[in-house]
Amino acid sequence: MNMQRALFALVLAGSLVAIAQPASAQLTEQAPPPRQKWSFAGPFGKYDEAQLQRGFKIYREVCSNCHSIELLSFRNLSDDGGPGFSEAQAEAVAAEYKIKDLDDQGNQIERAGRLADYFPPPFANELAAKAANGGTAPPDMSTLAKARGYQRGFPWFIFDAVTQYQEQGPDYIAAIVNGFKDPPPAGFKLPPTGHYNEYFPGHNIAMPPPLQDGQVKYDDGTPETVAQYSKDVAAFLMWAAEPHLDARKRIGFQVMVFLLVFAGMLYFTKKKVWSAVH
Amino acid sequence: MSGHSTYQPTNRALIWLEKRLPIGGLIHSSFIAYPTPRNLNYWWTFGGILSFMLGVQIITGIILAMHYTPHVDLAFKSVETIMRDVNFGWLLRYLHANGAAMFFLAVYIHMFRGMYYGSYKEPREVLWILGVILYLLMMATGFMGYVLVWGQMSFWAATVITNLFSAIPVVGDTIVTWLWGGYAVGNPTLNRFYSLHYLLPFVIAGVVVLHVWALHVAGQNNPTGIEPKSDKDTVPFTPYATVKDGFLIVCFCLVYAWFVFYIPNYLGHPDNYIPANPAVTPAEIVPEWYYLPFYAILRSIPNKLLGVIALFSSIGILAFLPWLDTSKVRSARYRPLYRQFFWLFVIAAVGLGWLGSKPPEGIYVILARVFTFYYFAFFLIVLPLLGIFEKTKPLPNSISESVLGAKA
Repeated sequence: MNMQRALFALVLAGSLVAIAQPASAQLTEQAPPPRQKWSFAGPFGKYDEAQLQRGFKIYREVCSNCHSIELLSFRNLSDDGGPGFSEAQAEAVAAEYKIKDLDDQGNQIERAGRLADYFPPPFANELAAKAANGGTAPPDMSTLAKARGYQRGFPWFIFDAVTQYQEQGPDYIAAIVNGFKDPPPAGFKLPPTGHYNEYFPGHNIAMPPPLQDGQVKYDDGTPETVAQYSKDVAAFLMWAAEPHLDARKRIGFQVMVFLLVFAGMLYFTKKKVWSAVH
Repeated sequence: MSGHSTYQPTNRALIWLEKRLPIGGLIHSSFIAYPTPRNLNYWWTFGGILSFMLGVQIITGIILAMHYTPHVDLAFKSVETIMRDVNFGWLLRYLHANGAAMFFLAVYIHMFRGMYYGSYKEPREVLWILGVILYLLMMATGFMGYVLVWGQMSFWAATVITNLFSAIPVVGDTIVTWLWGGYAVGNPTLNRFYSLHYLLPFVIAGVVVLHVWALHVAGQNNPTGIEPKSDKDTVPFTPYATVKDGFLIVCFCLVYAWFVFYIPNYLGHPDNYIPANPAVTPAEIVPEWYYLPFYAILRSIPNKLLGVIALFSSIGILAFLPWLDTSKVRSARYRPLYRQFFWLFVIAAVGLGWLGSKPPEGIYVILARVFTFYYFAFFLIVLPLLGIFEKTKPLPNSISESVLGAKA
């Protein structure tokens, strides 16, 4: 019995230490992220291939230095409803990565990536990720766009069901990239390892401002600004988290039309059947 | 109620079968000739909707189970594999996750309908109690299904809910250890939840058979709350009820499809897309929306043991409803006072749901206590007394009079 208590106390203590990290903050005091326009919003939404490619470029050149995206595979880059790489292009991207593997004799080797491989993580394990980042492991980005959001509160959450506002995640990510303030507002006590972010719960984020204007080169004439980067990378992360969104909305429309017609037919059948008794 | 079968097969194979196993006659008397009151409104279609949803959940669930791995290191990843690499896996998973929510939406409407029209009263007490058992089974099944995702909210919901049992004096901690299969929520917990999550839907299906059986013995209640007296008061189940149920099932599917295809994560919590991590407690632990009223009741009481007792009593009390309501009149149509208390009850229940999603502080706690008090007072004070003091309106002589009289 005492053993259990001790263990439970230990878990509880561990979790309290954990909440003392950024996630603890009162959600209420964080500013609501500004609403962005997304090509994938609404009933006919679709990912913008060019935007996903730009976002991928940012992930590759900047985010991937600290953030893994372990559920994403190189073959996904050429999947339907994605960034629209050809298979050859996806293969070329894969070949630029070094993948840890074993050879025929069981020796550890590094070989060039293939389509079937997953994006390799920047750190060997979570402890290494923590040690290299001041004690906080950068979160994996595979599902990040669905794992973040903010409370809309009453009555907005009811309207959101009708207007299909489902982009709290990408809105939040874009806001974080844009939300750094240096120096922090007067009176805010920022720990030495932290950075002030207007949209982060509790405002003290471990991540330094990740992007500066002009940092990532675009070859399609899109403005090379942090505002643009933030949207492109958020769109890319939304695709990484929800790769079948295009198909979902396309099939959804077909299903809705079918159900509406079917319901209409049943309505008139019902009327006809019941006309005798009423 | 369904009386002797009028089923007369003409096909020789069917005649042969009927002599040996009269299953055709059973289906015929239960779903074709079965007399249903002619005045049923659309609130009566939710039984059919619930049967449909149970079918959807079992079918999508069985296919999901083919791709899911119940292991703490692999569960979250296997769900993501379903979402990414299984053909139409995203559709199956969103159908199943939102299907649970639609199932609960339908069951709440079904229960409120039963309460409004007094469908639990003599001779339908057993029918009602079977319904309460079904609801309990649904809650257990839904909770365990939510844990299988093994995201942060799954893990911490499992921790919070199983810890409720630690409030039991003396044996509480032992029971919790037994439930977990260890000293914390872990792999044994996930494995047994998976096993039970697969088992319970079939238990539900079995109790549904009993529920429908009891229904077909007593016959359906109806908006007037008076029993059918002649053939003029009823219509055969097919085609009348079948086409009506069918129409509303398709309308219900429109709402369901809206959630699945356009806002599939609306009812979920973002934290459940973060893999379970026993070392990090989420900023807020919130159950799925359909448990929120009970969560609010639990938190509105400052003592843990009393809170847990209140939580379980709030569901258990439903089973005693047929005897707590002392009124001879069934339908709220003819009970002007009951009608008002009923709608107050709906407001309290929905209000508790909203409060369950709010932090337990300030005005929210006070409101939750007021609503919790009313929730119990409705059953323990209002219903027993109303039967004595309420002046009910005169009942129509028959169902057909109430329908055709209003038309004329």
